[in-house]
This record gives sequence, C-alpha cells and structure tokens, in this order.
Amino acid sequence: MAETTRTIVPQDGIGQAKSELLPPIINLRPINWFFDINRAMSLWPVTFGLACCAIEMMSASMARFDIARFGAEVFRPSIRQADLMMVTGTVSKKMAPAVVRLYEQMPAPKFVLAFGNCAISGGPFKFEGQYGVVEGVDKLIPVDVYVPGCPPRPEAILEGIFSIQEKITGFRWWPKAEEIKS
Amino acid sequence: MDLSLITFVQILVAVIAIICLMVANAVVMVYVERKVAGFIQRRPGPYEVGPWGTIQAICDSMKLLAKQIFVPANVDLVLFFLAPVLAFFPVLLLFLPIPFGPYLTPWKTPDGLVLILAFAGFGVLSNLLAGWASNNKYGVLGAARAVSQSIAYEIPLMLALMAVVFQAGSLNLSVIVEKQGWVPWEWNIVTQPLAFFIYLICLVAETNRAPFDLPEAESELTAGFHTEYSGMGFALFFLSEYANMLLVSFICATFFLGGYKGPIIDGFWWTIIKAYAVMVFIVWIRWTFPRVRFDQLLNINWKWLLPLGLLNLWITAIIIKVVN
Ligand code: SF4
Repeated sequence: MAETTRTIVPQDGIGQAKSELLPPIINLRPINWFFDINRAMSLWPVTFGLACCAIEMMSASMARFDIARFGAEVFRPSIRQADLMMVTGTVSKKMAPAVVRLYEQMPAPKFVLAFGNCAISGGPFKFEGQYGVVEGVDKLIPVDVYVPGCPPRPEAILEGIFSIQEKITGFRWWPKAEEIKS
Repeated sequence: MDLSLITFVQILVAVIAIICLMVANAVVMVYVERKVAGFIQRRPGPYEVGPWGTIQAICDSMKLLAKQIFVPANVDLVLFFLAPVLAFFPVLLLFLPIPFGPYLTPWKTPDGLVLILAFAGFGVLSNLLAGWASNNKYGVLGAARAVSQSIAYEIPLMLALMAVVFQAGSLNLSVIVEKQGWVPWEWNIVTQPLAFFIYLICLVAETNRAPFDLPEAESELTAGFHTEYSGMGFALFFLSEYANMLLVSFICATFFLGGYKGPIIDGFWWTIIKAYAVMVFIVWIRWTFPRVRFDQLLNINWKWLLPLGLLNLWITAIIIKVVN
C-alpha cells in the first residue's frame, strides 16, 4: 500500500487527473472494431454515488428501467474491475481528491459519465462566493458524456450509456426516442 | 491403481473435455445467473445484446480479455499471477472421478472421494495467495475469512458425504451411483435427508456464494480477495467460481440424486440435468437470502451443522450394523 502516502499534486487546492492512452499493441482495424463493440456492450459501472442523483442511478438499475437489458447492471464494488465511472452528484472539494484517486485507479479503457447538473457545472450550488463545491467534475477528470438534469430521469442515464456506446463504436445501436414515436 | 498407457490417454482426453466443459459452463452460467436474477426481481435481465441477451456473457469475457491488467505497487509478483491460475487448474482434477454416465467416467478410481476432498483445499489456497499477494488490506481480510470459512465448512461436508459412503460401503463414486435405483425414492436423498440438507448448506458456503459470500462481501470488503485483480485475473477467478459450482453440483447429483440413473434410459444427460437443477437452486438461494454476519456463519457451522452431521453419521452407522 505505497499509494496511501502519495500526495496529489495541488492545483488550486485539488488535484487534476491526466488521461493518457497508449496505442494498442496489435493495431488492426477489425480487431479494434471487434473489441470496441464488446466494450460498448458490457460497460460495468462502479458502485459509487455522491449525492441525490445517485438515487436515480439506483432506480435505473431496478425493475422498471432495468439497465441490465443493455448489460450494464454489473455494479462492481472494486474500481479495478469497472469500466464506467458515473459521477452522480455534487463533487465537494473534500470529495474531489477521492474522485481523482478513483479515476486514476481504474484500469484502461475507462469512461466517465457526468450525471446531473452538479457534476456538469456545480448546478444549484454555483453562486458568488461559494467555497465548498467543485464547479463541474470536468475540472478534475476527463468526461466522456454529460447527462443534464436535476436530477436527470433514469431514462436519461440509459441515453447517456447509449451515447457512450456510440462514442466507443462510432455507431448508434438503439433507436432514438423520437424515432419510436413517429 | 494401474496407470497404463490407455488410462493415461483416457485421462488426457478427459482433461481437455473438462476444460471445454468448464469454459462453456461459465459462459452459460453467467447468462443464466443474470437472467434468473432478473426474473426474481421482476425485470427482464440481459435482453438487448443478441437475441434475449444471449451473447452478453461472450461480450463480457471479450471485454475482460482486452482490459488492462493492472499490477499495484509492492505486490508479490509471482504469487499475484500464480493465484488466479491456481484457482482455475486444480478444479480440473476434481472432475476426474465423477461418473458422468454408465461408461463415461474419466478415471474409475476406488478412492474417488478421497481425491476430491484432498484437492478441494486448493481453491482456498488460491484465495489466500490472492489476498496476501495483492498487498491490500481488504484482500488480506477477505483471504482470512475465506480460509476460516472454508476450513470450518469442510468438516460437516465431509461428515455428510461419509454417511453416504457408509451406506454404500465404498469410496468409489461409480459404486455409490450403482447402489441407488432409478426412481426418486431409491435415491440417497430419501435415505439420507439430513445429510443432504447439511451438504446443501455446506455446498453454498464452500463455493463462497451468497448468502455465505463473506470473502468478497462488497459492503464491507470492497471485493475481498480479488479487489486488486483486473482483466483476465478477475475473469479466471470468475471462471473458477463457476467451475467449483459445477463440481459441487455434480457431486450432489452423484451422491444424493442418483447420478446418471433416471426414468427412461440411463445416461450422462440425467447427471447433467440434475447437476444444473442444483446449480439453478444455488443461484435462486443467492438472489433470495441476505448475507449472514461472520459470527453467525461460524455459529451455524460449529453449533448446528457439525453436531447434526456427527449425529447423522452415528445413526447411520448403528442402523447399518443392526441391519447387517
Ligand atoms: S444535480 Fe440536483 S439532484 Fe443531482 S446531485 Fe445536484 S442537486 Fe442533487
């Protein structure tokens, strides 16, 4: 446990994570494409919630909205086995180092979903003279998809997962809501 | 025990077939487990990836294959990589004495049960090594729990199986199946209901499944002994968990449910149907009961299962003596 003594480099009080991606060892397009599809179809999130938005994440994994239909219900307690970090809720300055640490501990390929207005920009806690809240988790870690709302509905978390799948594979897998309606 | 060339070739073929069986079983069981979990909680479970989500497990395994293998600082490198391999391979050996069908036994050895009970300890050893080598406090705690749980539950498990062995008069698994009839009331589950009950509880505990999944209790220990394993290391632990489940289900089918004997034609299909019925039962238990506390877990074992197992063995011995 050498990691516990390491200090995060301070940057206006909080650390900031770097994201670097090494190129694959075998760089063939069909292989990359194959693994990308598999990655997109099994995004395992971390069991990790910060504030009220986490309730919506839980209800998304329950019977009515059932995130399991898209293979994303395996909430891993250990960050080493997870692919997707849903930052659900207010990132306070006290919590920020832990979020950065978790992001750094996640093995690549890793994806981040900023869920709720707080995680996007500070939400209702952004006002003149506030001192406790990080205004947007993208100030700390690179974010792939933003899901707005206070809180967003559970359908929105599914839509966020679809967007990540589209970002990984370059292809929209499921029909859009308005296409179904018409 | 003659280890002639034919036996050797037979075992070699069997080992390859068993590896295929284990991998196929893991893929099927991951899907079945998630689907059953879904049905129990009134949701569809994996549904969109492939027809009814059937290729979900393959996608998961491919993703784990391509995931970064993370090695934390200050780990014991040899043990860290040895542990998942050690979790997976000794399970192979345990399948050898199991009679899958009347003519389909990988290795007909007179000491089948001794072989199984002797090598069953390797699974715990791998958990201990994994927890110790990953240099993580949750890992060590999980490993310690795994060891104490598995040592405790091995004793009633052995007592339950010994009662059946007394009855059949042999350690050979084929003989034990032969002594049972083809109709359900001639199976050992009827003559040894208490032993079956004890074995059923011990089987869940031995495979570290909920409600006895204390070694990886996620609410207290993150992920227990495999906290630091990512990618293929984790996948191997997963694979060995399902292989262990398959093994205990096959032993359950052989000892208590009449093995390959069944109503129409005897054959390996009956063994497989019975083993998978036990397997689905284990999954059902997992998604129904909450996790027990660790002291409760050990109390169930030392205060209930062990005396009951001894009593059962004693009564069996007396009845056999009187009848003979
Ligand atoms: S966005 Fe709204 S619901 Fe979500 S954490 Fe912030 S205040 Fe709570």
